[in-house]
Amino acid sequence: MTVMTPYRSGQRPGPDGFAQSLHAEWTKFRTVRGWVIAMIAAVVVAAGIGLLGTGAGTSTCQHAGGGPQRTGAACMITFAVGPGGEAVSDSFYFVRQPLTGDATITVRVTSLTGLLPSSSPNGPPAPTRPGLEEWAKAGIIIKQGTNQGSPYAAVMVAAGHGVRMQWNYTEDASGLPGAVGAASPRWLRLTRAGDVITGYDSADGTRWTQVATVTLPGLPSTVQAGLFTASPGDNQETQNFGGGVSGGGGPTQATAVIDRVSGLAGPLTGEYVGAATGSGIGQYRQAGGQFTVTGSGDIAPIPAGHGGPADSAATLTSYLLGTFAGLIALTVVAAMFMTAEYRRNLIRVTLAASPRRGRTLAAKAVVIGAVAFVAGLVSATVAVVAGTAITHARGYYGFPVAGPTVVRVVLGTAALAAVSAVLALAIGSMVRRSATAVAIAIAAIVLPYFLAVAAVVPLGAADWLLRITPAAGFALQQPYPAYPQVTAIYSALSGYFPLAPAAGLAVLCGWTAVALAGAAWLLRRRDA
Amino acid sequence: MHAVASPAAARPAPVLARAGWSALPGALHAEWTKLRTLASTWWLLAAAAAITAAVSAAAAAGAGCGPLGCAPALTGADPAKISLTGVDVGQVVVALLAALTVGGEYGNGMIRVTLAATPRRLVMLAAKAAVVTGWAITAGTVAVLGSVLAGRLILPGRGLSAANGYLLVSLGNGPVLRAALGSVLYLALIALLAVGVTTAVRDSAAGIGLVLGLLYLFPIVAAVIPDHVLARHLVQVAPMTAGLYIQVTAGLQALPLAPWQGLGVLALWTLGALIAGAVVLRLRDA
Repeated sequence: MTVMTPYRSGQRPGPDGFAQSLHAEWTKFRTVRGWVIAMIAAVVVAAGIGLLGTGAGTSTCQHAGGGPQRTGAACMITFAVGPGGEAVSDSFYFVRQPLTGDATITVRVTSLTGLLPSSSPNGPPAPTRPGLEEWAKAGIIIKQGTNQGSPYAAVMVAAGHGVRMQWNYTEDASGLPGAVGAASPRWLRLTRAGDVITGYDSADGTRWTQVATVTLPGLPSTVQAGLFTASPGDNQETQNFGGGVSGGGGPTQATAVIDRVSGLAGPLTGEYVGAATGSGIGQYRQAGGQFTVTGSGDIAPIPAGHGGPADSAATLTSYLLGTFAGLIALTVVAAMFMTAEYRRNLIRVTLAASPRRGRTLAAKAVVIGAVAFVAGLVSATVAVVAGTAITHARGYYGFPVAGPTVVRVVLGTAALAAVSAVLALAIGSMVRRSATAVAIAIAAIVLPYFLAVAAVVPLGAADWLLRITPAAGFALQQPYPAYPQVTAIYSALSGYFPLAPAAGLAVLCGWTAVALAGAAWLLRRRDA
Repeated sequence: MHAVASPAAARPAPVLARAGWSALPGALHAEWTKLRTLASTWWLLAAAAAITAAVSAAAAAGAGCGPLGCAPALTGADPAKISLTGVDVGQVVVALLAALTVGGEYGNGMIRVTLAATPRRLVMLAAKAAVVTGWAITAGTVAVLGSVLAGRLILPGRGLSAANGYLLVSLGNGPVLRAALGSVLYLALIALLAVGVTTAVRDSAAGIGLVLGLLYLFPIVAAVIPDHVLARHLVQVAPMTAGLYIQVTAGLQALPLAPWQGLGVLALWTLGALIAGAVVLRLRDA
């Protein structure tokens, strides 16, 4: 009797773990020449398109007072830079005196009136129509000096927003609500103790409430202090349906009546600060203890992008414009990374070698996510570094941005690429057909961004698209915060998104998690 | 003894496949059979029509008077363009069908059978293009009619009414008819563009990716770059932006191109893609 022993291979069983799956998937990826070429193309295209955003090459302009027609770099308006590195408007009418050491200034504002622009058929709009810009403001300010962009703290009455304390351009705190008038005067107080400045408000001059207390590090012993009035330009911007945003408006002015001034002794000087960038309307009159201060301009950050004062400045948003084109190429590769297995029936070999299907999907996701992260990182770094250098070399104006923000936006672009690639992979795993997967992934990630940026849909609808679709992830690229105290159209076109960067990433990750879960479930349930 | 006839003489002459362009009717019939017997063809037709009409209806529902008032000069709104907004999204489905029809054959090897049956490759490409165009015109007509109906029903209620000085979204109005007909032609040209590009790259996924990239690239770049002169040139040569000028019925004098010129720009892109596809098809092994 012969005993049949079943055949056993002399080979030792190979290691079988996640690391092996990862290694297998990485080998599959790097050995397909078309995919590697497509990834390199994605990086090159994404970075290359950004170079188109390096400046206004052929714009022409003329000085208000006449003179020769200028072109290109000579047309660039540059902005003052605030203590935080952001572009700021620092123009207002200042009734000031030097102030040494600790002090307390108290005033009463009894009236704030203004003029709005009305367009005239033969000339630029001029402030002639009674009315107040909502952020027209007047009050007390303590400022390091009259040089542009220097630190300050101010307590003020804002036309449509009650009492505010604002400091260093970007910060804003609210006090007493309601409009100012003869029947409802507003008392304001600003005290300085070393580096610390505290603002108070009161409706009657006896009961005081603290609005905010701020520290201005390194404030010199002698500062400029006094009364101010500012009134930002009227932005009657309209969004053209299907055709972008166009800016309108014109200069405005405001006039405040201020009395019961204490803490300001000695001669006062009236001066328009920052006349080069503002329209420079301003004057003051003193009759007894009553000051009438008229001013225009704004002390606030400048919003980036289209339709505003920074219309022709090169921004981080314009350098990174190519991201969506890179994402399209990335989507094709990521979807095919899965669907090619089905087309070539490689999936049967893959699943025979690694029968745990969830693990195979996870390994693919890690590989394509890592590759996309690196591609996004390289292309964003190249785009920002080269874009900044070229803008500088051509003599164009680059909109100022703080260093940490640049790092955050570049890393955010890499994260956007990585998560989008995993989403496309999951879609590919679910629908199994390359073209269908690519079309769905592009429609989910890039199409909502397109509809919002190209202003195909109205602003409100665009905001919702960028909140709920995977395109919310583009919020990772927002370089400049939207300031509630500055009126502007904060649209995706100008680099402003309705969600915070982290929230946008969370929405994109949520869609990706759902798609991955669906892909894992279908992969287990269906025959390959 | 009978003389044995040579076998060649005894056998009836084989019915040869018709040569040259006379094979076109047969090729058309074959392509039409392949297209109509796929379930996805009819799902995609329904999807194209439904998505286009739904997006158009949503855009019409989102339209309205501006803060300054309802007059056309204040809103700048174009009722015909608003009610045809869905074409921006529906074209994805149209391009997808075209890419699948060409690229799918390369994916599963069917292209070898097709070319064995129709050895004249340009005849095969012409037949495919014709069948896909017919599908796109059908889908486009349903989609555009749905969109126009949605605009007609919704827009007057949003303040963009004839009483306020807007054009009524009705096919009886010359400019609206031009916009609607042009949108159907636009979708047909997009389908042909996708046929040409996918024939050139011989892969459905790469084809749809390239077509959508080509369509969306120009308007996004033009919207964001700070150089307005360059931006204007970009939208003049952009297949999607220029092509969709056919939908514009208000503010025509401000357009960088006239409506039919714009559609002509798209037609040039389509022609270029088809020529590229034809050259690749002739020169390469399948």
